[in-house]
Amino acid sequence: MSRTRAEADRNTPVRHGTSGVTTRLVGEHALLVELDSGAAVEALHAVLLQRRETGELPPVREIVPAARTVLLDGLADPRTLAATIPTWDVPELPARAPETVELPVRYEGPDLAEVAALWGVAVDEVARIHAGTEFRVAFCGFAPGFGYLTGLPERYAVPRRATPRTAVPSGSVALAGPYTGVYPRSSPGGWQLIGTTDAVLWDHTRVPAALLSPGTRVRFVPAGVEARA
Amino acid sequence: MTDSAFAVLRAGALTTVQDLGRAGHAHLGVPRSGALDEPAARLANRLVGNADSAAVLETTLSGCALRPRRTVTAAVTGAPCPVRVDGRPVAWGAPVRVPAGAVLDVGAVAAGVRSYVALGGGVAVEPVLGSRSTDLLSGLGPAPLVDGAVLPLGAENGPHARVDVAPQPAPPTELVLRVTFGPRADWCTPQSLKTLTTRAYRVSPASNRIGLRTEGPALERAVHGELPSEGLVLGAVQVPPDGRPVVFLADHPTTGGYPVVAVVREPDLWAAAQAVPGTRLRFVV
Repeated sequence: MSRTRAEADRNTPVRHGTSGVTTRLVGEHALLVELDSGAAVEALHAVLLQRRETGELPPVREIVPAARTVLLDGLADPRTLAATIPTWDVPELPARAPETVELPVRYEGPDLAEVAALWGVAVDEVARIHAGTEFRVAFCGFAPGFGYLTGLPERYAVPRRATPRTAVPSGSVALAGPYTGVYPRSSPGGWQLIGTTDAVLWDHTRVPAALLSPGTRVRFVPAGVEARA
Repeated sequence: MTDSAFAVLRAGALTTVQDLGRAGHAHLGVPRSGALDEPAARLANRLVGNADSAAVLETTLSGCALRPRRTVTAAVTGAPCPVRVDGRPVAWGAPVRVPAGAVLDVGAVAAGVRSYVALGGGVAVEPVLGSRSTDLLSGLGPAPLVDGAVLPLGAENGPHARVDVAPQPAPPTELVLRVTFGPRADWCTPQSLKTLTTRAYRVSPASNRIGLRTEGPALERAVHGELPSEGLVLGAVQVPPDGRPVVFLADHPTTGGYPVVAVVREPDLWAAAQAVPGTRLRFVV
């Protein structure tokens, strides 16, 4: 390596050749692995979990996938892992998984018309498109049990609301950017609300507490359609 | 409720139940939480004969007053403060015996921010995801103490430590936080990184268990795009839009979308927990 002293002091990120992987040291005991796409994050995350399961990964306290990164926190030696991960063979994820969590949704959120306008479709179409999509939990954050679900085509990305709501009801099914999320409990929020589910996303007395965790496949099923027909 | 419990006579400004936190659930959006001044919490537990992982009370500036229903050994550590049993002064930083029905009064701090009150047997509220800590960001764990609340006590273990007064670091008059740059140091200008590690800051009154906020020169970003949310660690120094660095403490969010330009070494965070607003603050490499 021909890094200068100043670069080393700044823990300059290291781009690993053509692997599409950039590693960034986070303090003395953590490592941020940055990838080119959400799909690459999900694939690496799956491999990390597998390697932890089989004991091929050094002890790590947290493995936190996000939009373009995976954080490994609580490592004894992040530098060695930073050099190793880019050499791994990371297979693409299978397109379909056998187990899918189904969430019944009433598509009657207050922002349904606005989302329909943004998508350039009729209001009824929003539910059809959304419920016809296979989602995957890319990562969790914001609140315990809040998953960032990917699966909608890029053209259906929507901006956050200009003014966030001070209270979004628990169970709200919402859109922001490329993501769909379900509010596990009432909280302030700026996402566009398209529906409501009665599914319990988070219950700390349940095992597992979170209904959705990174990697979970999700399908939204319109509920109460007959009642409205 | 059984006799193995205590009543809260005076909850104080903010008193929470804390242990060593609920690590291992960050991927579900669950913060780590736990005592901000961890060595002080561990010491308080050892003084009363508890395991280090037992739950203690973390007070904020104004202390609290408790009435145990059974005789209990107690110890107060962290921010120094007057400690009284039924009005009689007793030692701070040492095990004291509180008879059943007596009042343990943990007074306002003489210095520092957070005192830790360990009770023999520990605060035995129901754990959530393996921890009894109150998490003020996501609302997990027991609610902050309120006047009149009654909390359960565990069974007292063995003999307490035989010490007079345990040595503890004094709360900082100047807070020096050692940092390593990264992971997003490249999102700030080199000049700003120099500003961070050469200029003086002060601890902002807006600081809390989520983060230590600062007052001082704003840092300038070199990259102005949006950063997709990414995982955060304890001690992360994040640069929000106003440019004033925030140091994340135990109740920090698990992911965030502002660049983290440096990370504070974990042992320095214990002093950060005891730095009162207005304390001079320096970041050093």
